[in-house]
Amino acid sequence: MSTPTLKNTTGTTTPAPPTRSSAAARRQRSLAERLIAPLFLAPTVVGMAIFTIVPILGSILLAFFRWDIISAPEFVGFSNFADIVNDPTVRVSFLNTIVFVVVAVTLQLGIAMALAVAIQGRMPNWLRVFFRSAFFFPLILSAASVSIFMGYLFNEQFGVVNWMLSLIGIPAVPWLTTSGGAAAVVVLVYVWQNFGFSFLLFIGGLASIPRELHEASALDGATGWRQFVNVTLPLLSPTVLVASVMAIVSALQIFDQPYVLTRGGPGDSTRTAVMVIFESAFQQLEFGRASAIGLVLMMLIMAITALQFRLSRRFVFYQ
Amino acid sequence: MSTLTAPRTTRTLRPGMAARILVLLVAAALTLGPVLWTLSTSLRTPSESFNLPPQFLPLNPDFTSYVEVFQQVNMVLLVVNSALVTLLIAVGQMATAALAGYAFARLSFKGKNALFSVVLATMMVPVQVTIVPVFMLIRGMGLSDTLLALILPAIPTAFGTFLMRQYFLGLPNDFAEAAALDGASPWRTFRSVYAPLAVPGMAIVGILAFNFHWNEFFRPLILTISQENYTLPLGLVTLQGNLGTGSISVVLAGVILSMIPALVVFIFGQRTLREGLTAGASK
Repeated sequence: MSTPTLKNTTGTTTPAPPTRSSAAARRQRSLAERLIAPLFLAPTVVGMAIFTIVPILGSILLAFFRWDIISAPEFVGFSNFADIVNDPTVRVSFLNTIVFVVVAVTLQLGIAMALAVAIQGRMPNWLRVFFRSAFFFPLILSAASVSIFMGYLFNEQFGVVNWMLSLIGIPAVPWLTTSGGAAAVVVLVYVWQNFGFSFLLFIGGLASIPRELHEASALDGATGWRQFVNVTLPLLSPTVLVASVMAIVSALQIFDQPYVLTRGGPGDSTRTAVMVIFESAFQQLEFGRASAIGLVLMMLIMAITALQFRLSRRFVFYQ
Repeated sequence: MSTLTAPRTTRTLRPGMAARILVLLVAAALTLGPVLWTLSTSLRTPSESFNLPPQFLPLNPDFTSYVEVFQQVNMVLLVVNSALVTLLIAVGQMATAALAGYAFARLSFKGKNALFSVVLATMMVPVQVTIVPVFMLIRGMGLSDTLLALILPAIPTAFGTFLMRQYFLGLPNDFAEAAALDGASPWRTFRSVYAPLAVPGMAIVGILAFNFHWNEFFRPLILTISQENYTLPLGLVTLQGNLGTGSISVVLAGVILSMIPALVVFIFGQRTLREGLTAGASK
């Protein structure tokens, strides 16, 4: 992120030819700025060094050791990383996470897009504000609280979901006690809470599309679906890309919902990568393995972010 | 977002409009329904709380569960802990992000762009990756099982610094020149001229920090050990585990109580929160 224009904002250049005294004053000022800048930066930069940079370096080092905090660390090479492929629990958790990301992000973006397009039409402004507030609301709740009440709603015997299904003749679904049911609940609860964020990004993107383009294409006879695919979607592609990357990155880190709803069960069916980090470190005291899994997760996140920049150069249509 | 549309487009949109509003209404019902059920059920008596049919509107509110939840867990302590942690993080982030953002936007010093890139890069590091070493650092500092263990690591904020830099870049340069002509030092220029103007930007940072840390579960789960240091989400999950499905209205009363501060932010600062949350998308 290079910002060559930045220096101009500090007042070191002025359009008028400087007089001698003001040039001297400016030199003095920039010296004062150079001296004081470290004090402005220190709280953030020192804090980040201690709580982010040092821990990352520590994680990288730790990933090559077996360490339970009590006995001396033992160098084990790449075996912690090999666990991700070989250890059944770790492998399943990574697979679960990837399947979860694909399903949840697709649902989240699809629902958000449909609702963002739906809200564009003519309607009273209070109704539009009501819908936007309603979709935004779950974002202010804690994922732990949401998982608590959703767990009750999906309870097999007295849950409201099964009661509603029984009204249309569907027998009780064992939501949280079967692998498929539990995985579905985790996806639904996650999407319920997060679609509003993608929705906000999409209405922002839609608002920036010039109205004339829709009017022009309507004059050419494009309506409904064709207008959406040929006009709206290409113009929205930068937003779609950003929304996908943000959704993928946050879905990769899923923890709260499966922890509260199922503790990863039944079996390993809802265990995720972050749950394995947590369990490896703080239940099995395998700090090295936890670090290795964390690093792999971080590399996934960085790869996806890098891919975003690549893709945005090639496929995204900027006006 | 104006409601005005050209008459021609209005006519072409009209046939689908009823269907669109119906879809939106269903989505809103599915979004708000679980919350309304939570509220109504928390206002039923504990023994009726799992009775079916469910209640979505609290017609005969009963506050037994709200009394009960204070007896089951130390709600006062949970609220105090959550409030302390959240407020100190928010204030800490506002102050440090304003200072660093100002330096990146308006001060000239060597290596500015490189340092700013490093700060931005830390945004890509998920908290789960650093949690093991942070846990050990906290132990090494002797802060194990204290509220400071939650507060200190959360104060340096890359996103907040980024937001504040943007904010300061958006303020006019003339004030700095006028202040310099008056012989103000860089610190005075910041303190008396720019910081007061940047209060709306700091509010975004503060509200985002509040919303995130009030609801945070992962770090408190790891960094606090004794119940005296639990925050609300952790306390509620523990309560849910202890009570099982015995009297869900008590747990739900706790859930509703924990939502109140977030609800206040939602009502009075929704716009700020929305802007802050989506600001990351335009970086």
